[in-house]
Amino acid sequence: MTNSFYGPLDPAPDAGWRDEQPRKGFFTDTSICIGCKACEVACKEWNAVPEDGLLMLGSSYDNTGSLGASTWRHVKFIEQPKSVGNQDPGLAGLPVGPSTVDVLNRTSESALLGDTTALGTTTAKLEVKAPVDLGMPTAQLPGVVDGGQRSEFRWLMESDVCKHCTHAACLDVCPTGALFRTEFGTVVVQDDICNGCGYCVPACPFGVIDRRVGEVGVVKNAGVAQKCTLCYDRLGDGLTPACAQACPTQSIQYGDVEELRERAQARVDALHEQGVHDARLYGENTHDGVGGLGAFFLLLDEPEVYGLPPDPVVTTKDLPSMWKQATLAGVAMLAGAAAAFVGRS
Amino acid sequence: MTAPKVTTAPAHAEVRVAQAPAPTGKGGKRRRGGGRAEQPMVPEAEFTSYYGRPIVKASPWEHDIPAYLFLGGVAAGSSLLSAGADLSDRPALRRTGRLGALVGLTFSLGFLVRDLGRPSRFLNMLRVVKVTSPMSVGTWLLTAYGPFAGLAGAAELRPLLPRRLRDGSVGRLLAFSSRPAGLVAAVLAPPIASYTAVLLSDTATPTWHDSHRHLPFVFVGSASAASGGLGMIGAPVHEAGPARRLAIGGAVLELAVERKMEQAMGLTAEPLHDGHAGQLMRASKALTVVGAAGTLLVGGRSRTGAVASGLALMAGSALLRFGVFEAGQASARDPKYTVVPQRERLARSGPTRSPDGRPPSGTRVQR
Repeated sequence: MTNSFYGPLDPAPDAGWRDEQPRKGFFTDTSICIGCKACEVACKEWNAVPEDGLLMLGSSYDNTGSLGASTWRHVKFIEQPKSVGNQDPGLAGLPVGPSTVDVLNRTSESALLGDTTALGTTTAKLEVKAPVDLGMPTAQLPGVVDGGQRSEFRWLMESDVCKHCTHAACLDVCPTGALFRTEFGTVVVQDDICNGCGYCVPACPFGVIDRRVGEVGVVKNAGVAQKCTLCYDRLGDGLTPACAQACPTQSIQYGDVEELRERAQARVDALHEQGVHDARLYGENTHDGVGGLGAFFLLLDEPEVYGLPPDPVVTTKDLPSMWKQATLAGVAMLAGAAAAFVGRS
Repeated sequence: MTAPKVTTAPAHAEVRVAQAPAPTGKGGKRRRGGGRAEQPMVPEAEFTSYYGRPIVKASPWEHDIPAYLFLGGVAAGSSLLSAGADLSDRPALRRTGRLGALVGLTFSLGFLVRDLGRPSRFLNMLRVVKVTSPMSVGTWLLTAYGPFAGLAGAAELRPLLPRRLRDGSVGRLLAFSSRPAGLVAAVLAPPIASYTAVLLSDTATPTWHDSHRHLPFVFVGSASAASGGLGMIGAPVHEAGPARRLAIGGAVLELAVERKMEQAMGLTAEPLHDGHAGQLMRASKALTVVGAAGTLLVGGRSRTGAVASGLALMAGSALLRFGVFEAGQASARDPKYTVVPQRERLARSGPTRSPDGRPPSGTRVQR
């Protein structure tokens, strides 16, 4: 139990499980994700996750927004004027120039502003802008119509999911015990225990878990914290989680975390060899700030490009120091109050 | 179709580069807000994000929570004051404190339950005891403190009971148990005031987490100022000496540690100055300073002055809780406060590794 807040750990035995089960998890290899969103659909279908808003976000092909109470898999799309490794962008003989990516991004940003519900972007009012050409495909060859506005291009896609952290802040701060560690080392909410206190929501360093909005009795599990269960019900029967089962490219790989780590290392080495020097693993190190992720990733750019924190640390790492400070403050208050009664009237 | 507008800057998918406030506009405001010119200037933060979307989620809590933080603090400080007043024979101060604790406790429990997604499952809080969950610890603290503070408060309502009850066994039991109950409540009170800081800090919300070393002291200071203020409102000047001293001590502690806290925090202190949270914090500081000065200058002479100072202190304390709450929410909504401090830490000391850690095998350390 010495490492319970920090450091490498096998979470299931630490939580008291006795029967030996290898820890299960995901390795999501974003380099072969094709953005089909089959994982999102399969997850919704299998887990009967309700609709989560039908917004057009204008952020590439991402109209899902973010992980949340009713979004347990989220495919992200990032458009960049770079090539992947030694890939030939096929621009030979064509006029090239700056791409339209930043126009796209500015447009999408304006579409996001003022949206308060799904994405929490409450920073400014909606600004109506004149329509701009999004550079959608036309009947002409690229670059012919707009006078040479083409460049190299790569499309990053990543299917995001709950990370099933070794040191899971959501689980640690849960005051009802609704969040628990399964025998597979995963983290699951018990719908019938959670009273919707919402503490897990700000505790998660990845912004995964959320409280489901909706009218109790109308929306399933309304008012209760919800997130990916790593298909706990399927795992018990020896099945693969729905998203990994549905993934057509094996971008989402399910299995024993130990083995997945080896597979991930082999993959990143192979990519480096092929000249994809951007490739890196995220969350595979058991000595990182959350003790390693049960669901980790191979990324092709910095984590924050994908909306992931670059160096997450579980908040409970500092909890012993927090309790110490709170105790000192309490003693100070008691002493101060006693001192207030000493002396003059 | 018009040709897309192409800016001079090279296009890239680093969608949201960086808008630290321009040094001219907000800088001045911030300085005024901090009250001091030596507020460390935060260098313009450059960072990348995914379409400017938040990384961590803001808590789903509404204003029930800062209201609870304030009322819990008032209740805790009031229990301390009333116990002292009881022992030092100050009946009006004792009555004010006990009733203040009773009212504060009742409303804070109400706010806590109302903020749940499923209020009817409130009692599920009592199925586990978890030191890793400040909310669990707080629930049990309130469960222990509540009956004693309630009993002491109820004893003050004894004169309102019908004569038969008042002089009967119930009334006599109340009278007999009020002092021990009040003393137990006083011992349990300080943790009630200080744990709420841990409640906020034990999250990934940047501004709350980064304040974790100082926030408990700010909150007990705020609670002392507010409950001292309440004592000055409810008790005559000649009885309220301890309330005045507690209020001034609390206000000084709150203001001094809050300043130190902001200096220690770096970038994540910014939400405490900017926007709505900044307004609340500035108003809180002004009211606390005015209230403490009023207490010192006129609180011991004029009842009117004491009441006005007490009200200012209570309002200052309430606004502090709302300000800290709103600042945290704002820090969670802007990915800057998650990415930039982590990037700075990476640049300073590399990726976080637990003590017996090894470098990440095979992967190249990026930047």
